[in-house]
Amino acid sequence: MQPRHSSAAGDGSGPVQLKAVPVRHPGRWIAAAVLVVLGAMLVHAIVFSRVKRGNSHETRFGWAVVAKFFLSRQIFDGLWLTIQLTVLAMAIGIVGGILLAVMRLSQNPLLSGTSWVYIWFFRGTPVLVQLLFWSNLSYLFPPPTGISIGIPFGPTFAHYSANSLVTAYVAAVIGLGFNEAAYMAEIVRAGILSVDEGQSEAAQSLGMTRWNTMRRVVLPQAMRVIIPPTGNETISMLKTSSLASVIPLTELLYSVQIIYARTYQTIPMLLVASIWYLIVTSILTFGQYYLERYFGRGSSRQLPPTPLQRFRRMLTVFHSSVPPPTPAGEVFAGLQTGGAT
Amino acid sequence: MTTPMVLAENVQKRFGLLEVLKGIDLQVNPGEVMVIIGPSGSGKSTFLRCINHLEKIDAGRLSVAGELVGYRQRGDKLYELKDSEVCRKRAEIGMVFQRFNLFPHMTATENIVEAPIRVKGESKATAVARANELLARVGLSDKCDAYPSQISGGQQQRVAIARALAMQPKLMLFDEPTSALDPELVGDVLDVMRGLAEDGMTMVVVTHEIGFAREVGDSLVFMDEGVIVEKGSPRDVLANPQHERTKAFLSKVL
Repeated sequence: MQPRHSSAAGDGSGPVQLKAVPVRHPGRWIAAAVLVVLGAMLVHAIVFSRVKRGNSHETRFGWAVVAKFFLSRQIFDGLWLTIQLTVLAMAIGIVGGILLAVMRLSQNPLLSGTSWVYIWFFRGTPVLVQLLFWSNLSYLFPPPTGISIGIPFGPTFAHYSANSLVTAYVAAVIGLGFNEAAYMAEIVRAGILSVDEGQSEAAQSLGMTRWNTMRRVVLPQAMRVIIPPTGNETISMLKTSSLASVIPLTELLYSVQIIYARTYQTIPMLLVASIWYLIVTSILTFGQYYLERYFGRGSSRQLPPTPLQRFRRMLTVFHSSVPPPTPAGEVFAGLQTGGAT
Repeated sequence: MTTPMVLAENVQKRFGLLEVLKGIDLQVNPGEVMVIIGPSGSGKSTFLRCINHLEKIDAGRLSVAGELVGYRQRGDKLYELKDSEVCRKRAEIGMVFQRFNLFPHMTATENIVEAPIRVKGESKATAVARANELLARVGLSDKCDAYPSQISGGQQQRVAIARALAMQPKLMLFDEPTSALDPELVGDVLDVMRGLAEDGMTMVVVTHEIGFAREVGDSLVFMDEGVIVEKGSPRDVLANPQHERTKAFLSKVL
């Protein structure tokens, strides 16, 4: 019998590598050439080409202006506000969404009906309109009464001025958050419905209450389905929060708008905002990966490697002089010996 | 005369227009192992699920250890039990499912201690100690940290039995516990069930394992189309079936 595994050092006893001319792909080369030319044009236009503006020649995209404002105080303040809006609105959205989803699936018709109406309304009107609505609440509750708490048609206990209670900041947070809750409700509902019914039956047969069944058994499993679209929603929210610039609230977009209203350097300032949005969404994408990994435990026999682990493995593969034998190679070697004998 | 563990009188259940149970009369005494066999769709699983109120019965009376399932009787009137009361009663009845239904996001130990901690309010230490005992009893001491996806179907089902036993039930319901298993894994699960029967556990077992019914069962019930066709000691019914339907069924499965 010949040894089925040839040693990687190659002592001559192993099978000879099969030599064959691989299939040619001329189309790939043509496509690559076209892409290289287009890429070069793009890089030239974005980075190197210069245009005359006023008395000076400057880069077409105004990178000097971008650099000047990129790390400025105003931009950071705007970015911080954008992050605050995103976090708070998503917090309201997620908590509200879970609540609405559980209500929607409840056997109590009052609860499921309320949830249905909420989702119908907040999903059915533009979020921009909702934001403007919240910021103009003082039109509905004008001074001096403002917003009062009490028994309808009866006595009131407290008065609040609509403008001091619902500031632009509060209007943005609840406007974005309440709207998000409607979308999150549908995502959470889909997640809950994706969990096998046998799971809640098993929990109930053990005497667990509906609430414990939901909290300990169903929701943790639903998370696997809920997290990817929630990550998507968070990224979406980061960008949707720019709508708060109309209330107005000086988040990232409005911060750059204030600057270009003064300097007329619109595009470079929009680049500043865009690059920051890209940086934050990249960080969020990264975080989402780890969150998915955490809630995926138990669903597969082995967790997928983290990017760091993948990087380390790549390094060890490149550094070792002897490449590890691949399963495909073993099959190949087996075929070879079989053919030779 | 002891109170029967399960007493069914004219139990009926219907899903829409489909009559699944057409009047079941049955008695299971404490310590008895009753095996229910029958073709699929005969209502045996549904009856089992009625016993721990996973399904509500439409007519008749069904009681466990002398107490009505899902209702309370005062005078002539029946009152539906509150969710918390139903839960408390379910906690006394263990159930093992055809498809195991282990919680996939929890390890074997976590699966077992979940209900004792959440439902009975046991301390974690007590619950874990008993979980280890139970895992040893079903022969899986080395799998306490394994997730369900990391162990075989037979091992999952044994963990599921341990999970049900952790609540120290007075009655165990088995819903085709070996039907989803590879043939060579069936034996281990049946061994655990046999051990349980020898320890005096009251069991109602829906199964297609005729050998198990003959060896372990104290009584055998043959159901078809929502009625009990025949019942008696397993040896009599299996060796000498009285009804044509029973004969036809047994000729196919034996």
